[in-house]
Order: sequence, then structure tokens, then C-alpha cells
Amino acid sequence: MKNLKKLLYSRKAAPYVFVLPFILSFTVFWIYPLFSTVKMSFQSILPGEIRWVRFDNYNKLLKDSVFHLAIKNSFQYMLLTLVLLIPFPMLFASVMDSNLVKLKGLYKALLYLPALTSVVVAGTIFRLMFSELEGSQMNQLLSWFKIEPIKWLKLRSTSYFALLTIACWRWTGVNMLYFLSGLKNIDKGLYEAAEIDGAGGRQKFMYVTLPLLKPTTIYVLTISIYAGLAMFLESFMLWNGNASPNNIGLTIVGYLYKRGIEKNQLGYASAVGLVLLGIALTINIIQLIMNGTFRKEEKA
Amino acid sequence: MKERLIRLILCFIMSTAILAGCGSDKTALTDSAETNHTDESAEESGEAEPEAITTVGPEDGTHLEMWTFVELHSNFYAEMLNTWNQKNPDKQLNITFTTYPYADMHNKLMMANQTGSGAPDICDIEIGQFPNFMQGQVQFYPLNEVIDPYRTDIVPARIEVYSKDGKNYGAPTHVGATVMYYNTKILEQYGIDYTKIVTWNDYAEAGKKLKEASGGKVFMTSVDTGGTDWLWLAMAEYGEDYTNKEGAPDIELNSIKQMLTMQQSWLEEGIAMISPGGQVDMEEGFANIGDGNIASFPKAMWFMSRFLNYLPEMKDTWAIAPCPVFEEGQPRSVGIGGTGTVVSVQSSNTELAAEFLAFAKLSYEGNEKIWEILGFDTCNTTIWTDETITKDTGNKYLSYFVTNPFDTLNEIKNEIGIIKVGRMNPAIAEQFNLTILNNCFENGAEIESELAAAQDALEIEY
Repeated sequence: MKNLKKLLYSRKAAPYVFVLPFILSFTVFWIYPLFSTVKMSFQSILPGEIRWVRFDNYNKLLKDSVFHLAIKNSFQYMLLTLVLLIPFPMLFASVMDSNLVKLKGLYKALLYLPALTSVVVAGTIFRLMFSELEGSQMNQLLSWFKIEPIKWLKLRSTSYFALLTIACWRWTGVNMLYFLSGLKNIDKGLYEAAEIDGAGGRQKFMYVTLPLLKPTTIYVLTISIYAGLAMFLESFMLWNGNASPNNIGLTIVGYLYKRGIEKNQLGYASAVGLVLLGIALTINIIQLIMNGTFRKEEKA
Repeated sequence: MKERLIRLILCFIMSTAILAGCGSDKTALTDSAETNHTDESAEESGEAEPEAITTVGPEDGTHLEMWTFVELHSNFYAEMLNTWNQKNPDKQLNITFTTYPYADMHNKLMMANQTGSGAPDICDIEIGQFPNFMQGQVQFYPLNEVIDPYRTDIVPARIEVYSKDGKNYGAPTHVGATVMYYNTKILEQYGIDYTKIVTWNDYAEAGKKLKEASGGKVFMTSVDTGGTDWLWLAMAEYGEDYTNKEGAPDIELNSIKQMLTMQQSWLEEGIAMISPGGQVDMEEGFANIGDGNIASFPKAMWFMSRFLNYLPEMKDTWAIAPCPVFEEGQPRSVGIGGTGTVVSVQSSNTELAAEFLAFAKLSYEGNEKIWEILGFDTCNTTIWTDETITKDTGNKYLSYFVTNPFDTLNEIKNEIGIIKVGRMNPAIAEQFNLTILNNCFENGAEIESELAAAQDALEIEY
């Protein structure tokens, strides 16, 4: 008893006791699966039959054109979401932060609501909206402009239009909230000073808002890169399973799911997962270095 | 307070918006179908099917779990369970049936097999998914012993399909003989006699006539971009198979080329359309049939139940006939689809479960019920000639169609081809459904090069 008390009051031990729950869950749910995945990526795994296959899975990945297509799709989706989901939410946040908008709470809530909606429900509704039947909402919309019905989810361009519509609908509000909180941290005095120096609205945005929002932007960029590369459910729901024509909607995680769960090849799927991890890590490290995130800490 | 009010209003707007979205979509579907689909029936199809759980049998009986992916199947098993309990007072069973959506159920079972826990005692597996479960050490209980008493009555190929190394792991449900469904009302209206159609040339001629007479409004059929039924039919007619003896893929077959070329020409000539939704067994497909856009299509016998469920207003419209062939004398049908029911080794009552399963699916009374409830062409073919069944005017399936399905079945009985289902089948089907058929029909790609490219990809996979 005394010893326990001593331990709890000890300056050396107490911090470890407090972080223990985190360390434990981190080890059990992150570190262990990660190593296990690395191990599995060198194995062929079937019920009751686990074999070491060395680099077979990776060699197969190099030749697997469907996997290459999945990488291309995920990249394209990621880049397009970056183009749409960083500038626009930033702009909306600035507008929302200014005095131009009334009923701010209403708009914030309105834009945030999609993030609370289940992707499964939303994806199903979007699938029906983008259906190839004449009666689908998107085709009815086209018919007002006297345009023939389109097979939305069978063509590459229109499919990405549908995927990006879901992405924008869902994430604009979330990213906007990040930027809003970033804007709140900018000292209003800086704007006054800029005004005294004769800066206009655009100049204030370019020379005060943008640079000071950088930490937020980097954060949003980092999570968007990962979210874009790891997109799965949207495509899975839009095509009602992992079955888009010509694999136009197949993403890296979709391929991982297909191999691991649908085709019973967990070893191969592990290799796919590790490639995704490698790609996301590389891009983000390059991006963070270029943005000077690591340098800053040295200065401090 | 004000904020709260706004929040409330917002929630209201949001929920009505979502509901309005659903509502208008449903009407969109119904409008185009010009049918009286209820919302319920739209919900029932495929993936949208909700989970349903029922428990049947006395509480003190041995408890078993069973998973299916079609609710109607659970109803059938429940009925057979009641019969079993009446006949076996010493082996009372209490079974909980759970119906999951198709992909969900197979994925769950796969995970349960991988991890060694969580599998149900008995489970339905769709034939296309079955090879995935035959890899590694099979996690199912061999049914050879319980099948033996019924073996002579059952079409051997249907048991073979669910076997590995001489062990039978799945109890079959039906033969799945493919037939041609003809819309007699449309064909009569435009003066076409479907009984005269013997070859695909006759079929195309009828299509041309139909196109001219209807002013291009009605198509002879719809070709699939998301299903391989037409190709299976072609392979069976030529006696080919897209996997060889060792199970290696070989898709550059004469039969497949013939079929694809023919279908491409139909599309060019306006005889056929592309199936909305990829194939006819989809919500869009039912709407297309109901609309009267197509006058015929080939599908297995199990499609009869789709007519009753989704197109009840088309009673007395459809006839069932043998499929056309490329050259006279070729076999006119092929077995497509199926469900193999398995007993998991994780079950603590494997023997009892297997015994019940064999009784439910392979006994004569079981087969009677399979026909009566599910409308399937049973694996016990003596049913096909039992006049108390085949002439039963009270049967909902017999009264729906213009022709008697059993007449056609008995006519083609010895012509039902078999395509092997092995490890490579899921991958081959995927190549066709996602890539080849789309490219050939939607984009008019060259058939030979598409097949060659897919063959290369499949060989890497093999």
C-alpha cells in the first residue's frame, strides 16, 4: 500500500502512469496492427494455411494494372479535392468572418450538417440522383436544358463530378470551420494597422490573412491529402459495391477491401495497405518540409 | 433560446430535404416503370434488403444459427424446420435465421472463417462466392454422409459444384436451367411467333421485324454489361468453358467471340438495347421489363420469382421457351446461379445441423417446398414429372405464366450445359462485368483485343 502511494506520488513514475492508457491503446490498436500488417504482407493467408511468400505480393503489385489504376484514381480524386476543398472553404470562412454575413450560426450549422449525415445514406441518395434512368434528378435537370439523359456513373468525367459533388457537399463545412477557428486567432490589430497603411480588402486578405492562416492551411492540407487517398465509402456506395465499370471508381482502399475481404487474400491486401501508407507518408513529409513545418521547431 | 429555435428549424429542414429526396426518387422510378411498385417492393431488392431475424422452433430444442442473403430462403427453411420438428420429436431444433444483405453476409462469413470464430452453424453461400471459401483448409463440415441417402435423386453436377477433393461441402438448391422469357403480348401485337425461333439468326430476324413494326420503340432484348449469362449460354451451346481442366482461365473462346460479335451487331442495328443497371436482375432491369421496352431475354428459371415479386401486373404475359442456338442441334440451356448451403466446422452440433440441412434441401418434400415457395427448378428432377405438382393450377408460379415451365424444363432436360465454377471464376466474371462488356457494348471496342488484354491480366492473377 505504502509502496503504491509512493509510486503514485513519485515525480518520476507519475507521468508514465498518466500516459499509460494512451501508450497501451496506441500499442494495441496501432503499433501491433502495423507490424502485423508488415508481417502479413510477406505471407499468403488462408484459413489454416499460412505460408511465407517473401516478396511475391509486392512483385504481383508491380504487375497489377488494376492496382495501378486504383492509385491513379485515388490520386486524381485527392488532387481534385485539394483544389476544391481548400480555397473555397477558406474564402467562405473569410466571408463568414467579415461583417458581410448575417445569421452566421445558421450558415455554419447548415454547412456543417452534411458531415453529420451517414455516408451510407448520403451515398445511396446520390446514387439514385445520378442514376442513368431518365427519371433521375440529374437527368431531369438536364432535360430542362434539353440535354439527353447521361449515364452518369458509367463515364469517367461524370463519375468524378458525382464523387466530387459528394466530397464538396460533405467536407466544405468542416474545412470552413477549421479556417474560421484559424481566423479567430489572427490579431484584429494587424488589420487595423494594415488599413492605416492604406491596404484594401484584397491586400488585407493576401498579406495578412493568408500568411497567418498558414498553420491551419497546412493542417487542412495534410488531413485532406490523407482523406483523399483513403477515400472508399463514397465510391463503394455510389456504385453499390466495389463494382464500377472499367474500375473508374476503384480507389486504393477499395482495392484493399476487394482483395482482403471479398477475395480472401489478406496477405496481398496488407501489401496494398502498406503501399498506401508509404504514398501518404511520402507526400505529406515532402509537403511538410516544403511548407517549413520542421524548420520552425528548430528556430524555437 | 433563439439559437435553439434556429437549430430546431434547421433539423426540420434537413430531414424534410432528405425525405423529399427519397420521395421524389421513388416516384421517378415508378413513373418510368409505369407500374404500381410499392415502396416496400423497391426496398426488397438486392443490397437494399434490411436485416431480418426470426427464431423458429421450441425453446428447449437444440439451438442453431443460420444466415441467408435472401429473406425468402429463410421462410423456406423455417417451413422445413417445422416439418422436421414434427417428424423428429427426439431431435427438436430451434433455429435463429438472420438475413443479411448479399455482400455483407459473405464478407462476415469470410471473416469468421479467417478468425476461427463467429460463424453461424448453417449458412447459405451464393455459387459465385463459393470458390472463395474453398481456398486453404475448408472451414465447412463435409456433407457426404448426409447426402448419400438422397444422392441418386439429385442431379450429380449440382453437388459436384460445391465440392473439393471428393468432399461435398454444400447442399444445392436448384438447377438454374436457363430459358428464354418472351413477352407474348408485345410479340402478338407486332405479329411475331416466338415458337418459330430456333436459331440466333431467327431471333435477330424477329428482332428486325419487331423494330420495324414498332417504329424502334420495342427492342427484341437487352444485352448485359454487368452479367455473364449470355456468355455462359454461348459456351454451353458450343460445349466450351472459360476455365480449363486445371482451372486456369481461357477466355478467348470461339463461343464468347461469336456471342459478343452478334450482340454488338444487334446494338448497331437497333435490335437490342443495353440493359439499364447492367443486367435484368436489377431494379432498373425490372422497370425496363415492366415498361415493355424489351420483348424477351434469357435468364435462369429462378427469375420466375422476380416476376411474381416485382411485376405481378404482367400476369398472363410471359411465356417460357428454350433458348435459341447458333447451329441447330446444339444444347439449348445452361445451369446458372445457385446457392450452396454449408455447415460450419465451428458449430458445436455439426452432425445434427448437417442432417437437418440434407432433409430440408434434398428430401422429396424439401424439393416440393423449394418449388412451391421459391419457384426453383429443383435438383430432384422427379419433381419435374410429378403431375400433382406440374399440373397444380393453384400454384402461383404455374398460374402466372402463359406456358407451363415444366414443359420447357422437360424438353431441355438433357441439354442443360454445365460451366465449371472454380477459383478463377470470380476474377473472370469481374473482368467481363467491369471491363470487357462495358468496353465492347458501351464504347464499341474491338472484341479480340479486349479479350486478349483481359486474358493477360487473368494469367497474372492465376
